[in-house]
Amino acid sequence: MKQDLSYPIPSDAALEPPAEWAELRGECPVARVKLPSGDQATLLTRYEDVKQVLADPRFTRLLTAPDAARLSATDDGGLFNSEMAQILPDGGEEHLHWRRLVGKWFTAKRMAALRPAMAEIAERLIDDMVKRGAPGDLRADLGFPLPVYVICDMLGVPAEDRERFSYWSDTLLNLTRYEKAEVEAAQHEFFQYMSAHLTAKRAEPGDDLLSELLAAGGPEQGGLSEIQVLVTGMALLVAGHETTANMIGKMVAMLLADRTRWERLLEDPSLIRTAVEESLRMDANSGFGLPRYLSEGIEVGATALPRGTTVVCSMAAANRDESVFDAAGEMDLARKPNPHLAFGAGAHSCLGQALARTELQVVLEVLLRRLPSLELAVSPAELERVEGLAVGGLRTVPVRW
Amino acid sequence: MKVIVDEDRCCGAGQCVLLAPQVFDQREEDGIVVLLNAEPDEGRHAVVREAAAVCPGAAIEVQEG
Repeated sequence: MKQDLSYPIPSDAALEPPAEWAELRGECPVARVKLPSGDQATLLTRYEDVKQVLADPRFTRLLTAPDAARLSATDDGGLFNSEMAQILPDGGEEHLHWRRLVGKWFTAKRMAALRPAMAEIAERLIDDMVKRGAPGDLRADLGFPLPVYVICDMLGVPAEDRERFSYWSDTLLNLTRYEKAEVEAAQHEFFQYMSAHLTAKRAEPGDDLLSELLAAGGPEQGGLSEIQVLVTGMALLVAGHETTANMIGKMVAMLLADRTRWERLLEDPSLIRTAVEESLRMDANSGFGLPRYLSEGIEVGATALPRGTTVVCSMAAANRDESVFDAAGEMDLARKPNPHLAFGAGAHSCLGQALARTELQVVLEVLLRRLPSLELAVSPAELERVEGLAVGGLRTVPVRW
Repeated sequence: MKVIVDEDRCCGAGQCVLLAPQVFDQREEDGIVVLLNAEPDEGRHAVVREAAAVCPGAAIEVQEG
């Protein structure tokens, strides 16, 4: 295995994993890689190793230690080590407290209650796409707007401002496209916007997550500080954007790339739930993975990793580990159980995973019902990845029906 | 079958409730797991095993027997 592989590993096909993943899992599960910044990190690709590190509550996403790797040249203003990212507690009792205050908005029951509204939005977006005529772009016409409408509604922010949210979100999640000054300016604007929004919500509370977080009072009343509410709002808005939005496009592309999959779901819609999980597992283009800074030395597999190591966990590579998933390279729409790591693991696993799952299931249900003749308007080989984003996606998903 | 949940490990992901709402629920105030039925009927055993296998916090233990 060559030393100091460049990471992220480029892949030619948008839906296929790079060949290096299988080689790394087999021969070099704890690999030294070079990040876009030029700094070194340690890449994990085996299921057990990735799960072990992600589920270890001692290690978090914050790369603020002086010896932590920088992900990209501009990252000192970015996602994993900005001042803002440090405002939310990332460990211990405080993190638990934050997680539970916010997590109650993302319970399975609440998500189930949102289903009819989600289905209505999906219907309307599909109507608009059909009216414009084939081919449509499933990413821009459905995948992107749906989660944005849903998260805006949950946070009580106006969906009309979605163009601005998209831009701010992109500047925070893109590792290569923007200059440091642009990222900082965008963060500043976003901060000002959210600050004004909270002032308005305080004066006139609504039936939304941010109003309720404010109403819960400050830390002395068991709530969050004003700045924590503000950053929570920003974080949820960003998290509600690129992730599920891109996943809708990738899921539909995977299901249509081999149309027997789509046909199987048309015949048996009871497979929608497991098909969504399998799409999450098979996503070969999930983005950067999750970094962790080791504040203490640990052993991973048979390798000792010293304190101060920056680890990159590739959940997507781990999700194709043959030692955990039978026929890991095959898309099995009925696979269960499917303990994939697409949402991470443990105390820091994705807070919005029930929301994401529900959105993916609803979109698929509505699409199968409304556009059973759906097919890709290009060959799968022509699909292109979005480059540089911490969250992977397809540039467009051209479809006809 | 006997089901045991560990509230401290629960991260509120809600997977178990999505899979087996007759066996698991989540507290309104913080999303943490509530066990509704520690000895579910045989008809639900498969889905409870699945919930235990996919729980991100490994907070569900299933004792067979």
